[in-house]
Amino acid sequence: MKIVVCIKQVPDTTDVKINKETNTLIREGVKSIINPYDVYAIEEGLALKEIYGGSVTVISMGPPQVCEALKEAVSLGVDNVILISDRAFAGADSLATSYTLAKTIEKIGEVDLIITGKQAIDGDTAQVGPGIAEWLHIPHSTYIKAVEEITGEHIRVQRMIEGGYERIELDMPALITVVKEINEPRFPSIRGILRSREIEVPIWTANDLDVDETRIGLKGSPTQVVTIATPELGSKGEIFRGKAEEQVQKLFAALRERQIV
Amino acid sequence: MEYFFTEKQQIIRDLTRRIAEEKIAPVVKEFDETGAFPWEIVRTLAKSDLFRVFIPEDYDGLGGGVMEMAIVTEELSRICGGIALGYAATGLGSMPILLFGNEAQKKEYMTRVANGTVAAFALTEASAGSDASNMTTTATRDGDYYILNGVKQWITNGGEADIYTVIAMTDKKKGSRGATAFIVEKGTPGFTFGKKEDKMGIRASTTRELIFDNCRVHKDQILARPGMGYIVALRTLDRTRPGVGAQAVGIAQGALDACLKYTKEREQFGQPIANFQVIQHMLADMATQIEAARALVYATARMIDSGAEDISKESAMCKYFAGDVCMKVTTDAVQIFGGYGYMKEYPVEKMMRDAKITQIYEGTNQIQRNVVAQNLWKKNK
Repeated sequence: MKIVVCIKQVPDTTDVKINKETNTLIREGVKSIINPYDVYAIEEGLALKEIYGGSVTVISMGPPQVCEALKEAVSLGVDNVILISDRAFAGADSLATSYTLAKTIEKIGEVDLIITGKQAIDGDTAQVGPGIAEWLHIPHSTYIKAVEEITGEHIRVQRMIEGGYERIELDMPALITVVKEINEPRFPSIRGILRSREIEVPIWTANDLDVDETRIGLKGSPTQVVTIATPELGSKGEIFRGKAEEQVQKLFAALRERQIV
Repeated sequence: MEYFFTEKQQIIRDLTRRIAEEKIAPVVKEFDETGAFPWEIVRTLAKSDLFRVFIPEDYDGLGGGVMEMAIVTEELSRICGGIALGYAATGLGSMPILLFGNEAQKKEYMTRVANGTVAAFALTEASAGSDASNMTTTATRDGDYYILNGVKQWITNGGEADIYTVIAMTDKKKGSRGATAFIVEKGTPGFTFGKKEDKMGIRASTTRELIFDNCRVHKDQILARPGMGYIVALRTLDRTRPGVGAQAVGIAQGALDACLKYTKEREQFGQPIANFQVIQHMLADMATQIEAARALVYATARMIDSGAEDISKESAMCKYFAGDVCMKVTTDAVQIFGGYGYMKEYPVEKMMRDAKITQIYEGTNQIQRNVVAQNLWKKNK
């Protein structure tokens, strides 16, 4: 089985601060990590390969520094990595990104299963995974918490919904986006780390792909970011004073007034 | 101190530290309480190639030696000396095969260990501790087979391991030249497990009796030759004592780390107790003793890996020095924590319980001093 996992390099949000004057992220000195949900996607790819055989290829679109994220994937044991990098891809929104990734997967060829994280923690759109499936005209399912079985023609999965899950069977090839409940990501291995230090990450540019130039990068992106702003903090605290009994009475009155109790 | 690790050794240390902090630290208390064997953690270590580090490349290993085994053991022990032992004792169980196994034996058993199979080493008996020559387990020849009878006691990884190196008497008349080392696999008819010990410390490791009742073992399972059993055992222990030293250094480092954090947080007389010189001096002594022990362990491990033949003295020195340091440092750590240090809610009482065994097993620290002293005269230095 040929598996492709799509990952994104994102700033470590536990580290991110906002410049209050410009309302933008302060990116200097912030560590870049593999989008946490994509780590579960890599693990699922590796786990399925252990059961069904085949190969796992991890791809990512971004600037050359994304090589580091792909090398980390190598340290976890994936077979191949490809960086999709070109100035022509810059400024891509989720539509242009999913188009470019779909074209990459087309070029890889004969892919049986595509796995992505449910969303990236920086953009939070959750659009790129389903977008890839649409460009490729293959079925997809999102928020997958378990892969039950793969036969030659079908994949049966559990899709998380509020209060339970749906059991869905998709024709192969298919795309799934995964949630963190699906597995426990492995640690790297020594051999993997040694290989990741030696590997030269292959880079595919726009010229390597059969792409329509009006669909990539800024040109192919209908989304325009006008401004980025931090919402103002609206919550105000209220301190109840007096004897304990009075404080409790006041607290209950306040909760009732807001229809919380 | 800078020990100039190779790139591979740095990778091994950093990865082991990460696994210990992320995977082991949250469950230390649970395993200390239940005494269960940490199979899931062992599998994680194996998947990350940590069982390969001391196995030659020919057998699916990474080609390291005693130094690499020590690095992993130290880093695991910093978080849990008990969980570290399942790993370290596999190193002990592998060493006789690495040293004395023929090509077929190494290919079969070392490849399995490289891929995560747990091993064990069985020498000690109820009446044969420091006096190993007093053993009563026998192996009687019967055609192409030997029939093993007897009980081995306090065997680390007993019942959990698949591969055992067992020392038994094949010719009682010859005394210490009448012992033979056998590789015995779990599941061999006549080989069962007895009492599981309830221990003071290192509780996440399994210590158990091995019972041999007319257990037939093929002669191809003999390591080296019949009669070589004691030599196999002694050469093995010479090479694995730095592992106990590394365990002791790791436990002690864990205790110091806990003290560095606690003394900044704990306030008495209106200030953190780290401000008091008496505390500072205790911490300085702990750090210095640990560094001295670590330096001796690493130097010995590197000496062994470089191919030095005569290593008994240094191996004994690093084991007993590190073990004694570990006991002292963890005891002082409990003292620094005061009343809290005595409580199970805080980490250092477990470290003190774990520390004690490093002065006892793989040759008591008193026997180690005998070994050092004998070598002083032998060498006339």
